[in-house]
Amino acid sequence: MVGIVIVSHSTKIAEGICDLARQMAGPGLKLIAAGGMEDGEIGTDAFKIQAAIEEADSGDGVLILCDLGSAVMSAETALEFLDNPDLRAEIADTPIVEGSIAAAVIASTGAPFDEVRAAALEARTMQKL
Amino acid sequence: MPSRIYECISAIGNRIIENMDFLTELDREIGDADHGINMARGFTEVMKGLDPEETDIGAALKKVSMILISKVGGASGPLYGTAYMKAAKEAMGKTSLTTDDAIAMMRAAVDGIRQRGKSDVGEKTMLDALVPAFDALTEGAAQGKDAGQILDAMCQAAAQGAAYTKTIAATKGRASYLGERSIGHEDPGAASSLLTLEAIRDYLK
Repeated sequence: MVGIVIVSHSTKIAEGICDLARQMAGPGLKLIAAGGMEDGEIGTDAFKIQAAIEEADSGDGVLILCDLGSAVMSAETALEFLDNPDLRAEIADTPIVEGSIAAAVIASTGAPFDEVRAAALEARTMQKL
Repeated sequence: MPSRIYECISAIGNRIIENMDFLTELDREIGDADHGINMARGFTEVMKGLDPEETDIGAALKKVSMILISKVGGASGPLYGTAYMKAAKEAMGKTSLTTDDAIAMMRAAVDGIRQRGKSDVGEKTMLDALVPAFDALTEGAAQGKDAGQILDAMCQAAAQGAAYTKTIAATKGRASYLGERSIGHEDPGAASSLLTLEAIRDYLK
């Protein structure tokens, strides 16, 4: 099953998204929050993200969702630290809340990586009203 | 007996920490007022984590990189972290540096920032200070200038670059949300890059 990592500057946002997405997803999904700094302050930490990616991996790849600019840079730094060449991990360029929910729902059906990513990306054009 | 690289990094750290309020003020004008706080936090942790006896320049810089990446929090973490990491690779196992080493280190650092930040000069970032400084380094070396003259030229170029950032609008980072309203304000990353180079220059003199 594809794993999902939520990267936010805020610990609460990342955990909150995980709580929400878990409600909508099926069992067995590895959905890991990687938000905020070690001390809980606002910010991102590439090592925290790296650990989350490794934890979320069960061999089918890991999709990463980020909130703002420097979360992406920290996530990209984390990707460079991964030392497992078989671990496919990618950042989805999509709004974090909506993209995570879509990804979680599809991932928990056991869908392959490309389908999970495609679902996350649909959030870019989702209309609310 | 602290090593030279430890003392040099301390000089950078102290300069950044001393200027925390200045950097925060710059960032308050066009950002979220945390550049000074973040950088000071990062370098405070660097000073705690760095071994004063470490003589391997690459190992020391790698340590700086790892700490900045996880302790700065904002964009400067991955950006400065990548810069120090790339520079470290060029200095692994070295206990002293030639001008050619310095050029290789700075080239790697600047390219690392370009790649990580997906940016280049003219976008109101730290690169507007660092790229001119790097050019001054290579030009000074090619002209056979001594280290002191080269460092002076680098700081002058970086200062001009930082001043230039006042005149343009931000397209990267939080300041980019302000667009044209960011004109007239110096980029905090360019300011902290200048402080870094000045601290190195002052230490080596």
